[in-house]
Amino acid sequence: MLEFLKSTVGRKYLMGLTGLVWMGFVLTHMAGNMLILVSAKAYNQYGHAIVSNKILLYGAEAVLLLALITHVYCAITLTLKNRRGRDSRYAVTPNGEKAPSRASQFMGIQGSLILAFIILHLITFKYGNYYETTVDGVVMRDLHRVIIEVFHIPVYVIWYVVCLILLLFHLSHGAHSVFQSFGILERKMQKGLKKIAWVYAVIVVAGFLSQPLYVFLIHKK
Amino acid sequence: MEAKKTLNLTLKVWRQKNAQTEGAFETYEAKDVSPDASFLEMLDSVNEILIKKGELPIVFDHDCREGICGSCGFMINGNAHGPQKSTTVCQLHMRQFEDGQELVLEPWRASAFPVIKDLMCDRSAFDRIIKAGGYISVNTGGARDANSIPISKVNADEAFLSATCIACGACVASCKNASAALFTGAKISHLALLPQGQVEKDERALNMVSQMDAEGFGACTTTGACSAACPKEISLTNIAKMNREYLRASFAQKEEVAGGDLA
Ligand code: HEM
Ligand code: FES
Repeated sequence: MLEFLKSTVGRKYLMGLTGLVWMGFVLTHMAGNMLILVSAKAYNQYGHAIVSNKILLYGAEAVLLLALITHVYCAITLTLKNRRGRDSRYAVTPNGEKAPSRASQFMGIQGSLILAFIILHLITFKYGNYYETTVDGVVMRDLHRVIIEVFHIPVYVIWYVVCLILLLFHLSHGAHSVFQSFGILERKMQKGLKKIAWVYAVIVVAGFLSQPLYVFLIHKK
Repeated sequence: MEAKKTLNLTLKVWRQKNAQTEGAFETYEAKDVSPDASFLEMLDSVNEILIKKGELPIVFDHDCREGICGSCGFMINGNAHGPQKSTTVCQLHMRQFEDGQELVLEPWRASAFPVIKDLMCDRSAFDRIIKAGGYISVNTGGARDANSIPISKVNADEAFLSATCIACGACVASCKNASAALFTGAKISHLALLPQGQVEKDERALNMVSQMDAEGFGACTTTGACSAACPKEISLTNIAKMNREYLRASFAQKEEVAGGDLA
């Protein structure tokens, strides 16, 4: 068991597993937040419902935190091992028909910025300004107001868009790589999986992009 | 018949005395190269001129020159075995290039493949991975009848495709992580698909992966650069199969081995 976790193959199983946890999260998180396009009431009620069930909330937070720490830990140790694998650089790197995809070459840089994004994101929203509102007689946090405020700050919107584009690449590569890491890649699946990964990545990122852009461009303050 | 137009090329070749010294690029002119010559024949003629001038020839590995032994291989303008797919450098012909082109020739670069001299590197790390489990144990004696063990056509074909790996090292050379996953995967898959490979398949997967890690190769990031460079087009599915075999073997019940105390 320990031997398995120390091996490169075992650590890729962990990366894939924890990546999948987060892939599931970003998809549902994106879908739920589409309510920002519907109404302040629906959005606040949705947010309130999530924080109301403490067991579910803390459980989900624990799983996500553990998964993120594991993912980043494996990312760092594997990237270091990979760097040591190539001690001298080529003057020219593979190109033309033998070139690998761009996204796959920069998983570490994408990941590092995504990590910075996640931390900043929690600070601005989860631990950000606290306003209260009453919906149908229930007092709850007015998250909608926070979102509208933040998404009217141009710098924040730009940072958001940049990070989402990085996420697009991270997911487009990660979502198909995970099948190989898990050992479920078959000859027939190869082309199809790359397409499915792109479709998944585009859905998640387009959904997320629509939210700040809608608020910034259409929604009044 | 019209004579074919010959090529004049500029070669920037990595020259390195041995593993201990630093190397550097040297520039050479290859003149009047026939488009029908193989890449290694072109280097042979450059070397003849160097030898006549009393200089040391450019060292490169080669043996069969038929694309079957896996001895040859170096980087040409960043690509292992040159720009053409599914080809070893001994089977690459000069008609692939244009008159006046500059070609940068570098050895495979990987910590696990130290340069021996110029374009030749030490690939014995691959031999040690094979030694760790890339075999089957059979009793010696008369050869068995060829068709006495039934094997499904699907498995036979898939095993054959894995077995075409000639261990040239282009996969390691092309991978940004210098990962040996494609090579090790091909060897594990080849034997895991056949009935003869079943007896030792757990130890094989465990030992070969652990040797691969110990040699200092990097991990797989699924960039696919290995398979794109592979002269035998070994598929990434071999890496998936290796991972699956390794997972199964890691969690399989270990057999009690008698004899430790008895022997
Ligand atoms: C929303 C959060 C994230 C998701 C959904 C995600 C998803 C994934 C997935 C599915 C993979 C493919 C795993 C495999 O090949 O088996 C992957 C790989 C990777 N991730 Fe992430 N990731 C996230 C955040 C991060 C962070 C924060 C970092 C680093 C600080 C990171 C660094 C990496 C690296 C370096 C790889 C490539 C590993 C390799 O194949 O060598 N990721 N990610
Ligand atoms: S020399 Fe044998 S494969 Fe090229």
